[in-house]
Amino acid sequence: MSAPVTRPAPLPEELAAPERTGRRGAALVQRLVVVRELGILAALVLLVVVTVVANPRFLSGQNVRDLLLSAAILTVLAAGQTMVIVTRNVDLSVGSVLGLSAYATGTLLVVAPGTPVVLAVLAGMAVGAVCGLLNGLIVAAAGVPSLVVTLGTLYAFRGLDSLWASSADRLQINAADLPGGFKSLGTARLLGVPVLFLVAVVVVLLVGYYLRTFRSGRELYGIGSAPEAARLSGIPVGRRVLTAFVVNGALAGLAGVLYAARFQTLDTTAGTGQELFVVAAAVVGGVAIFGGSGSVYGAALGALLLTTIGTALPQLGLDPFWRDAAVGALILAAIALDRALTLRLAARLRGRNARRDR
Amino acid sequence: MTVETAPAPAPSGGSAAAGGAPARRGRTLPSGSVITTFLVLFLVIAAVSVEGFASTRNAGFLLLDVVVIALIALPLTLVVVTGEIDLSVASTVGLSSAVMGKLWFAGLPLEAIIPLVLLLGAALGAVNGLLVTRLGLPSLAVTIGTLALYRGLAFVVLGDQAVADFPRAWTTWAISSIGSTGIPVVVVPLVVLVLVTGVVLHATPVGRSLYAMGNSEDAARFSGIDVGRTKLWLFVVTGVVSALGGVYWTLRYGSARADNATGLELQVIAAILLGGVSIFGGSGGLLGVVAGALLLGSVRNALQLVNVPSDVLNIVTGVLLITAVVAPQVAARVKGRRRRRPAS
Repeated sequence: MSAPVTRPAPLPEELAAPERTGRRGAALVQRLVVVRELGILAALVLLVVVTVVANPRFLSGQNVRDLLLSAAILTVLAAGQTMVIVTRNVDLSVGSVLGLSAYATGTLLVVAPGTPVVLAVLAGMAVGAVCGLLNGLIVAAAGVPSLVVTLGTLYAFRGLDSLWASSADRLQINAADLPGGFKSLGTARLLGVPVLFLVAVVVVLLVGYYLRTFRSGRELYGIGSAPEAARLSGIPVGRRVLTAFVVNGALAGLAGVLYAARFQTLDTTAGTGQELFVVAAAVVGGVAIFGGSGSVYGAALGALLLTTIGTALPQLGLDPFWRDAAVGALILAAIALDRALTLRLAARLRGRNARRDR
Repeated sequence: MTVETAPAPAPSGGSAAAGGAPARRGRTLPSGSVITTFLVLFLVIAAVSVEGFASTRNAGFLLLDVVVIALIALPLTLVVVTGEIDLSVASTVGLSSAVMGKLWFAGLPLEAIIPLVLLLGAALGAVNGLLVTRLGLPSLAVTIGTLALYRGLAFVVLGDQAVADFPRAWTTWAISSIGSTGIPVVVVPLVVLVLVTGVVLHATPVGRSLYAMGNSEDAARFSGIDVGRTKLWLFVVTGVVSALGGVYWTLRYGSARADNATGLELQVIAAILLGGVSIFGGSGGLLGVVAGALLLGSVRNALQLVNVPSDVLNIVTGVLLITAVVAPQVAARVKGRRRRRPAS
């Protein structure tokens, strides 16, 4: 069910307009998405240049690697969230899912230190997928807004996490408890690039390929543009939305594993408040919160931009507390920009149709 | 003050559910009277089976916990009835608290600080309202943005410090009770506000226009209601009341902190939806919302008394919230199926 139930009326029509006007309209939307991605890239470059001028050490090897590591986790979350938001839903529970799966993975490795890394990763993803399945089932089957459902599960999953930790008498898992093989995943590099970041890149490419190439991937956009039209045209809306939630949950689970590998100290607060940054990354990256448009590459760039802002602020001599405020301001700016672009696009398409009809 | 004041049912749920069937307005199950019955039943059961639940001391604690939630739920109910939402209320509480602490630290008297903080709340609400009504942005997205923005500004204002040296007289007043009844003094102004809001929502043309907006914004507009201006004012009032909640929160705990009331929006929204207000707008009543807030508070309080860890309380709140939105949908679907059968 749609996140913006609050104001659904005007949007589907505008966003569906390109479909009615055929390929040229679609090309225009495509161009807008590309322009949007280039815009974020430009903002990112500008931010880096300004920061480097203020503090040349910003681009030192270790600093960049730290930045990529932090961005990796947010990028994986943003990639999953993109799939959900494109269907005009939202998943606010991802921070809690991350925490739960990080703790589950940590516990597994403490209990069975010999577990191969691949198995640990799969276990973490499975925990996330189950959480996503629960979200998706409630949303798709009962037809209630995903916002409310996932606001509820945000607290429920987090509660489950701390309940598990307190009943297992293991409130914190420390680096010393984790096997070396897993810890090396957090520090490993390939050609100087952190492996965790490469994992994130692979996830983004896979999700991007799926959304663009697969029929079921394209259908997610159709559902987000006009749910009723999608249903009438025979798209199994409920099943597709459920899939988006499950994949998003599994990716949040993967993010939890990456978190465990990177920080190696796990308590029940892992990932608290991440949902804001994730939604912000996607929205800033041009994924329209009303569904139906945006790309996972934009969302990934958004995640990179937000992470860079976080690390650049102190380098620029600004209080790091400004970061959260900046995130909020960026969300507002991004949705306002989307609104303006959508209105202009609709106006242009109307003009074009009028000319053709004449 | 019943739920039946809602005008005639609206068009076919407009926004189609991406999930199951087309969205139905969840008017069916927990109407105000159902949730009130639940509340009374729960209170009776808890009073009998939970030791210490029925004491005046505990009743006082319970009410103190519910005060801020119920207070903010009042204007937010009106917002939800019009089909909008405000997720930034808890961040407004935090920012108000932080500013209050900062100004007190700077040496201003509380008599001057409180009006300033309420003014700040009005400004924060106006930002939400203007973005929603003037730019036509969805309130959900706007208030997720301001949720982050206002909380971030709270940290910018006060950092991770706490300001705690508020005058004794004020902080004890905030938790004092009427005589030996255990009922907190602040319940009195709250009851007045509940009555005022109830009359506005259920007995005035303004209230009816809110339901009309929630059922069909276009129809409301055609019938001469200034939808934009009304919604703008609702957001402003929500901001002011949330700031008032921030002032009270600060005095009650005697501590101004930037992270005060983090996550409180969940409990407020849970109370509203539990009270039978449809998240799609256009239906619900204030009696149910007050009962919903009391039920949530009582359940948490009773669980605390039997030593259930606080983590479980969050699970319970989350599950209650989901149940509150799922139950009416499922009930509507079952009813719809039963009605369709004879016809086919």
